[in-house]
Amino acid sequence: MSEAGYTSEAEVDSREACGSIETAGASSARARAVEALDSVVIRFVGDSGDGMQLTGSEFSKAVAKAGHGFATHPDYPSEIRAPTGTLFGVSGYQIQYGSRQVFTSGDAPDALVAMNPAALKTNLADVKHGGIIIANTGAFADTNLAKAGYTSNPLEDGSLDGYRLFKIDISALTAAALRDSGLSKKEVGRCKNYFALGLMLCLYGRPIEDEIADVYEKFAKKPEFADANVNALRAGFAYADAAEIFAATYQVREAAATPGVYRSITGNHAAALGFVAASESSGVGLFLGSYPITPATDILHELSALKHFDVTTYQAEDEIAGICSTIGAAYGGALGLTTTSGPGMALKTEAMGLAVMLELPLVIVNVQRGGPSTGLPTKIEQSDLLQAIYGRNGECPIPVIAARSPADCFDCAIEAFRIAVKYMTPVILLTDGGIANAAEPWRIPDVASLPKVEVSYRTDPEGFQPYARDENLARPWVRPGTPGMEHRVGGLEKDFLSGNISHDPLNHQRMVEVRAAKVAGTAQDIPPTTVEGPASGDLLVIGWGSTYGTIAQAREKAEADGRSVAHVHLRHLNPLPPDLGELLGRYKTVLVPELNMGQLSKLLRERYLREVVPLNKVQGKPFKVSEIHDRILELS
Amino acid sequence: MNDMSAPVALTKKDFESNQDVRWCPGCGDYAVLAQIQKLLPTLGIPRENFAFISGIGCSSRFPYYMDTYGMHSIHGRAPAIASGLKLARPELSVWVVTGDGDALAIGGNHFIHAMRRNVDLKVILLNNRIYGLTKGQYSPTSEMGKKTKSTPLGSIDRPFSPVALALGAGATFVARSVDTDLPHLASVLARAAAHKGTAFVEILQNCIVFNDGAYANLTDKATRDDARVILEDGKPLVFGKARDRGIRLRGMEPEVVTLGEGGVAESELVVHDEKAAHSGLAFFLSQFDTPDLPVPLGVFRSVRTPSYDELNAQLHADARAKKGDGRLAELLQGGETWTIA
Repeated sequence: MSEAGYTSEAEVDSREACGSIETAGASSARARAVEALDSVVIRFVGDSGDGMQLTGSEFSKAVAKAGHGFATHPDYPSEIRAPTGTLFGVSGYQIQYGSRQVFTSGDAPDALVAMNPAALKTNLADVKHGGIIIANTGAFADTNLAKAGYTSNPLEDGSLDGYRLFKIDISALTAAALRDSGLSKKEVGRCKNYFALGLMLCLYGRPIEDEIADVYEKFAKKPEFADANVNALRAGFAYADAAEIFAATYQVREAAATPGVYRSITGNHAAALGFVAASESSGVGLFLGSYPITPATDILHELSALKHFDVTTYQAEDEIAGICSTIGAAYGGALGLTTTSGPGMALKTEAMGLAVMLELPLVIVNVQRGGPSTGLPTKIEQSDLLQAIYGRNGECPIPVIAARSPADCFDCAIEAFRIAVKYMTPVILLTDGGIANAAEPWRIPDVASLPKVEVSYRTDPEGFQPYARDENLARPWVRPGTPGMEHRVGGLEKDFLSGNISHDPLNHQRMVEVRAAKVAGTAQDIPPTTVEGPASGDLLVIGWGSTYGTIAQAREKAEADGRSVAHVHLRHLNPLPPDLGELLGRYKTVLVPELNMGQLSKLLRERYLREVVPLNKVQGKPFKVSEIHDRILELS
Repeated sequence: MNDMSAPVALTKKDFESNQDVRWCPGCGDYAVLAQIQKLLPTLGIPRENFAFISGIGCSSRFPYYMDTYGMHSIHGRAPAIASGLKLARPELSVWVVTGDGDALAIGGNHFIHAMRRNVDLKVILLNNRIYGLTKGQYSPTSEMGKKTKSTPLGSIDRPFSPVALALGAGATFVARSVDTDLPHLASVLARAAAHKGTAFVEILQNCIVFNDGAYANLTDKATRDDARVILEDGKPLVFGKARDRGIRLRGMEPEVVTLGEGGVAESELVVHDEKAAHSGLAFFLSQFDTPDLPVPLGVFRSVRTPSYDELNAQLHADARAKKGDGRLAELLQGGETWTIA
């Protein structure tokens, strides 16, 4: 199919495939109104095999290039390819983009693209009243309706009267556009997502030229698929441009972001880059020992592809070997990293205790997911905070930090290694399934401006004692291979200086206390806590991790409503910032929203002996801005 | 590759730490410690380049008694820790000292995967067929029917053969020796040290307190020559005090035959081949046990294939050759970018 001739062909095909469209021409599109918006929330939903993650992420890229701020939320089932048409096989991707900084993927979609009845059924409740629904009528056959539990076709029975419903046979239109592609029916079916993408790009005023170049790059080794996808994309774009059913197209006003070079980045990708940055900054090789687990595995994928850096990746036989190989590498002088999610964290517990005893630097990433046990592997939750801080045998303190957004994972990765090597301690970095897979624009930092990670190995045998400490209570890092400093370490309690086995009662007390003091002492590096909003007043909202964007947006909204409300978002959770107690005292009420049953609330009560108001949600979904906003209004 | 640049004139004493050895008097572990302390100075490796990693159990106290770098880690995990250390520091000579409980029960998974990967580690398993440190429960190598504190009516667990397990997992070097036969032990350990890749040595070791005499028939001078067959590469399987017996194959079944006048000729016997491409013969030998067949001691299998650490180094070299040395600024700016002025 020639590239130049797509418009007319697509128009003809559209008419043939979709008899309800009586007129289709460029003139009608030109006459159409353009509605300007500050922000928009779009959700793409379909079968897990429909390619909605790709459609969503490609749409994100297109709006990113236009300079919009955006935030995304991929939501997919834990089954790789669940049976087609089923409710549990629905995969979705939501994006919010706008003219200002966008903190969250949005509460309620303004537009829903539903590729089948199950996708409509599971997502309809979230759609804004009066919002747009674009439904792929080709998939609304009896069997699919039955699988989704519909007794009548919702596209026809009036149940969607409260929405702006657009019925488009995406299946047939794609098939028609690819009639001459030579692809099988199944292969043609897989191009539907590009039709949907083209349609949405047109509707929201984005050009498709970049996307076309992208497709050719992505499918460089399979030109027949590249051509087919490009044709589907063009057909979708042309359809939206030509079909009269859309009364208006939408244009989101452009964002005024900080000048710089940007890229779109997910939390897992940002973390991987941050770890490489820590390695480059310190001049010490990075070693990742890991076992695949959702939603953490992408960090392993990213780092595995970077063997031209000083990066070694080791896919271990299990979670325990993941951390143990890392301990071995750290003992050898590498920056040791292990990545996992909740259940894997549980398995690594004993080895974390060993790392505490050995006083070796190590970073353990827990990309949290819904628990307990296998729980909700692909869903968001923040319920491993207390596990991170307390979940080990013995008195076993470990510094814990948490990332607040996808891009923040980069900074937190560097911060985790900075603490680990300065204090010779394992450090836990908490992210979650929300920010790990969600993307946002990231202003690429200048390498020279990055925080330094400084490593020094002890090589002087004169007066060497393996457990003698520096001013930060850190013991020396001595690599095997250093002459004259041969010594043994292990999990048995050690003598305060020599590190030899000691069962002396007072020595044990002293060692327990010094390990606690060392971790508590890491607080000396925590910068003064940033407060968004008034420095004192009625209400302080305090959060940690991926709830940052939602809380920030809810606070801004409440402030616009005239409420006095401040927001503090914690990166350092163990130890807590030294100024936090004083800060809490400046507000009448403290609200603590968390995607758990109140774990930070417990910590704050215990640490500062003050009452706080928990706001807890455990549905495998992020907070909606409205949920926090409503609570703020009640409390302020 | 070991650092051979520094001339070293080390002795056994250089490898003895200042810690008092706390195994029970008469424990077989003493002999193994002494043999390894004697072996290391002969390897031409600077002392600081040795690292001994252990798990938990009597045998795992081993690193404390070696004046090398060492780590007494957690139960069963030594192979995983040692693998990470070797990958981070390929120039080190990394040894794992473990026991039948540590390696085969709680650490079974790490054990088989270490054998499979062929990381350049020396894995020494002291098999006393009992749990010593927890005061006498049966282990994964205890014989069926064994009465212990946790099996007062006799064990109904079928035991592992560590050699068979290592072979089944694809180990490239597998050997067995016994604590009291010092010359044999020394030669097997030297062979293991010389092997590039995972070298696994099972040492049959007597626990004088909880399982005394477990290997008496293999160590008692009166019985041992009839109870064991010493494996020698390229040689027929001959054993017995008078070296008058051998192993012959009848179909797939081994049988003990008498050699010499009225018996069979040596040419009819199974000939050991430790470098056989597949491990069938070695696995066949690993099934031998008394009373029907003599217990084989020596090197079952020794084949050279690229070790994991060699392959890993090659991957990195290839990646750098293809992409050039990684540059952070380029990495951060990778993917699609856009500029906001």
